Amino acid sequence: MEAASKLDVEAIRADFPILQRRIGDKPLAYLDSAATSQKPVQVVEAMRRFTDYSNANISRSVHTLGAEATEAYEGARAKVAAFIGAPSPDEVVFTKNSTESINLMAYAFQNAAFDAAADPRFKLGPGDEVVVTEMEHHANLIPWQQLCRRTGATLKWIGITDAGRLDVDTVDEVITERCKVVSFVHVANLLGTVNPTSQITRRAREVGALVGLDASQSVPHIPVDVTELGVDFIAFTGHKMLGPTGIGVLWAKADLLAAMPPFLTGGSMIKTVTMEHTTFADAPAKFEAGTPPIAEAVGLAAAVDYLDKLGMANVRAHEKEFAGYMLDRLETVDGLQIIGPRVPIGRSATVSFTIDGVHPHDVGQILDAEGIAVRVGHHCAKPTCARFGVNATTRASGYLYNTHEEIDRLVEALGQVRKVFG
Amino acid sequence: MNLDELYQEVILDHYKRPRGAGLREPYEGESHQVNPTCGDEITLRVHVEGDTIADVSYDNVGCSISKASASVMYELINGAKVDDALAKLAEFTELMNSKGQSEGDEESLEDAVAFAGVSKYPMRVKCALLGWKAFQDALVRAEASIPGRTDA
Repeated sequence: MEAASKLDVEAIRADFPILQRRIGDKPLAYLDSAATSQKPVQVVEAMRRFTDYSNANISRSVHTLGAEATEAYEGARAKVAAFIGAPSPDEVVFTKNSTESINLMAYAFQNAAFDAAADPRFKLGPGDEVVVTEMEHHANLIPWQQLCRRTGATLKWIGITDAGRLDVDTVDEVITERCKVVSFVHVANLLGTVNPTSQITRRAREVGALVGLDASQSVPHIPVDVTELGVDFIAFTGHKMLGPTGIGVLWAKADLLAAMPPFLTGGSMIKTVTMEHTTFADAPAKFEAGTPPIAEAVGLAAAVDYLDKLGMANVRAHEKEFAGYMLDRLETVDGLQIIGPRVPIGRSATVSFTIDGVHPHDVGQILDAEGIAVRVGHHCAKPTCARFGVNATTRASGYLYNTHEEIDRLVEALGQVRKVFG
Repeated sequence: MNLDELYQEVILDHYKRPRGAGLREPYEGESHQVNPTCGDEITLRVHVEGDTIADVSYDNVGCSISKASASVMYELINGAKVDDALAKLAEFTELMNSKGQSEGDEESLEDAVAFAGVSKYPMRVKCALLGWKAFQDALVRAEASIPGRTDA
């Protein structure tokens, strides 16, 4: 299996003009794709073509442009659905990002509390439980935490082992008969852990809870098939998967979307309206109030095409090999501690680390002077930081366009860090 | 990008040997400030006697810029008249907002002029101002807590 060699990284890099940039007099080494990925010309071109040629609002005009725009937008929905193995495009809701997608789910529970006729699966109150993990991005923690605070339900979480893995031994004890929903991160944005899903989904089924994934860091990097995963909903975002900012996705099973009360209300999500009452459109329109991100959907569709052409299995193989190289090389740096799994098994090409006696901000600054872009800080995962007793980490994250040479430059520059602050 | 300009010797020296660090009694005002983007934190106490800053004490975690800045601030305002300390706060804030266009007045800001280079790095200006922000807030609290105004 020489799958890694199936990606022609040099040819890929030629599609990303920004990778030719210099920072001062140094070539850019972009190792921050976990924060946002770069966009290939194909994505930018598709958006430009749409804007220059077909731009119109969707689903409300009979003119030619309106029809073209609607077709482009709904075509993007179908493309995204196929990309994640969704049985129907109607199960794909466009949002503005993962955060909104997860809030949309959480608010289905909250809004159900005000509706006597609401589906019992969304009824939440004192005695009920919601389960997340300790390795969530704040986007998949705070919406549930606040939902529990407002409804009186109890928030519980699955812990993290010292090796940076989910403590799956506790799954049966954390997820009980009182649990209504489990929402957990597929690939952790700080630790880089790829979480096994079957044990949690099995347990959620056993207790009759809904189960969903924050797939923000998985859909861009590994093959994701919602049917195979056997979950009820997933959330992800366009800008981490070569697409534009401003568009995210919530996928949920059709029967769930049908049962869920709407989140945002207003234009385009209605069947009929009087001054007193409104009946809502069917999903996905029910959850897409107002003019949606149309050009962004076109860009996301182009990103999906780009990834499809490369093949997600090839992307995954490239990143697995890349993660192994990065871990090996980082381990050679004096005073460097990896926060998260230290082997490239069940992990992504996102590696967080600390350097003894040097704050990540300073690490990031020195690396920037060498043209190397990494993220520093708590990565919107403060509980994960607390679990490992750190305030912040430096995080290098790779994608399909990264090379070994960039890791070599990272490692060399980390040597400089010790010289300045040693 | 000139790192020497950002990480001047004087900054690294204050970072490695912070002056006046540690929390001390007595104090009238205490402030806890965090930089939410990076998790840097400082707890700072102000002890005022009459119109003088009798002590500034602090405990912080953070990057070299935020830690060195708190140390330099301590040297500038500890023992100073309250009005003078507030003037230094205003002057330093202005320097940090200068986007690299000001060198700072060494007569008045002393070691703090070393941070002039930081003003070119918008992501780091918040680091340099964290301690000063804590001082400003702690001073307001100290002034609110003077005897006779315990309802504040």
